[in-house]
Amino acid sequence: MIRIAGAGWLTLLYKELLRFWKVAFQTILAPVITALLYLLIFSHVLESRVSVFGGQIGYTAFLVPGLVMMSVLQNAFANTSSSLIQSKITGNMIFILLTPLSPADFFAAYVLGAMARGLVVGLGVFVVTLFFVPTLIAMPHPFWALAFVLLGSAILGTLGLVAGIWAEKFDQLAAFQNFLITPLTFLSGVFYSIHSLPPFWQSLSHANPFFYMIDGFRYGFFGLSDVSPALSLGIVAGCAFLLSLVTLALLRSGWKLRA
Amino acid sequence: MSLAVEVANVVRSFGRVRALAGVSLDVEEGEFFGLLGPNGAGKTTLISIIAGLTRADSGAARVLGSDVIADYRKARRALGVVPQELVFDPFFSVRETLEIQSGYFGIRHNDAWIDEILHHLDLTAKADANMRSLSGGMKRRVLVGQALVHKPPVIVLDEPTAGVDVELRQSLWAFIRKLNRDGHTIILTTHYLEEAEALCGRIAMLKAGRVVALDTTKNLLANVAGLTVRLVADRVPGAWQPRLQSQDGRVFVLGLDRYADLEALLAALRVDGIAIDEMALQETDLEQVFLRITGSGRPPATGSTS
Repeated sequence: MIRIAGAGWLTLLYKELLRFWKVAFQTILAPVITALLYLLIFSHVLESRVSVFGGQIGYTAFLVPGLVMMSVLQNAFANTSSSLIQSKITGNMIFILLTPLSPADFFAAYVLGAMARGLVVGLGVFVVTLFFVPTLIAMPHPFWALAFVLLGSAILGTLGLVAGIWAEKFDQLAAFQNFLITPLTFLSGVFYSIHSLPPFWQSLSHANPFFYMIDGFRYGFFGLSDVSPALSLGIVAGCAFLLSLVTLALLRSGWKLRA
Repeated sequence: MSLAVEVANVVRSFGRVRALAGVSLDVEEGEFFGLLGPNGAGKTTLISIIAGLTRADSGAARVLGSDVIADYRKARRALGVVPQELVFDPFFSVRETLEIQSGYFGIRHNDAWIDEILHHLDLTAKADANMRSLSGGMKRRVLVGQALVHKPPVIVLDEPTAGVDVELRQSLWAFIRKLNRDGHTIILTTHYLEEAEALCGRIAMLKAGRVVALDTTKNLLANVAGLTVRLVADRVPGAWQPRLQSQDGRVFVLGLDRYADLEALLAALRVDGIAIDEMALQETDLEQVFLRITGSGRPPATGSTS
């Protein structure tokens, strides 16, 4: 028997990974299929009708990074939120609360678990869509894309953590998802360039942090974006930082978990 | 002797309900300590505060000298808790459950101890079975196992035998007794008073968030008259009225100090010409102490509390 001080969080991360991996059919394959359906339907209907970035790229190619990022964000959120609400409702949260794990340990393990799920699903969507748009493999700025996908999944994993701790019932969690996460994702430019929107909606989109995640991520694929990628990175990193601080403070206070 | 658990002036309210109204008690290392009380007395709240699951409004709790909030890592490493609710993670097998719990404490390669726990809890055959497939009694034993993976010096069991069949209860107690002999401090809440009587060296009785009795089991039993007589008759002699512990219609319960008092009682009944329909003699047990001290009309229900 070996005791490694401070290593407990790795077990919590391992448990979080195992939890979704054991049901990969539902947690990985299903979202990949969903994204594929979006691609087939939207690209079939809109390829010849929608022009993006002044016609420099085809609509299907434009759509793919949006779908990849959307899948990453939704699954990162789903991972933490569903894990926590299940643990709370079945009561097995107590096994974690009884241990010496610190709020930072708890935060790191859950958010990294969510990021892993998001990235695995995102990679799955990307690989499948390459069959439709093989040219996408030649990304001009892969590290920009990576930075946005890491920060985006961390933000949504953290939001899922907060939602999972806050919600006491599954329908409260569904409300969080339906009235906040889904609208912010769908209205962030997954399916369109915000330049195609009327001016009012265009400026409103600038208030949506999800817009910067997707726009910055898309820059990695095409070297084209609605706003400067540096600005997007600054905003997304700032959001990730602030949200982490708030979440850590909530965890330290024992909010809802050690009431 | 140093203290395994110290609780000092702990107050905790939930809304307008005062669950703990200033509880203080110390448990010494190596003790087998019982925490008794009717439903809603605050036993589980007190355990939750010691375990860091709930925070006290005021007051402090320490485990082996470590404050449960300021020094929570040390306090939680020293403590193993068997929760009252039958909870489990349906994603994992018995062995995975124990390995993961062990890992949370930073402990790797704990197989030898996990095998020993499985053996003592009679779970070896079920080691690779999924938690979902286990019976209630087996799940309960896994909970005990989870509380022990990090070899905590202090073990708290919150109603561990609720819903466990008699045979299993015996083997569970044999194991807990062995842990106590090996030097672990045991704190137990239970509804089975005979169990507390047989196992615990010292007992605290809680009622409405207060400690109403705190003494060795022996003293608690000695403080109540040694014997009681249950009598079915029309009345009891006037001189015996002060000895009356309870009355329900024609059923009287009288306390006696010793068997010789019985002679005097019978004589008094004869003098007053009172006919006896039924009569039974019994030695004091914890249940009577409990009823006397907590003043409730009936023994606590068996089963789970929240």
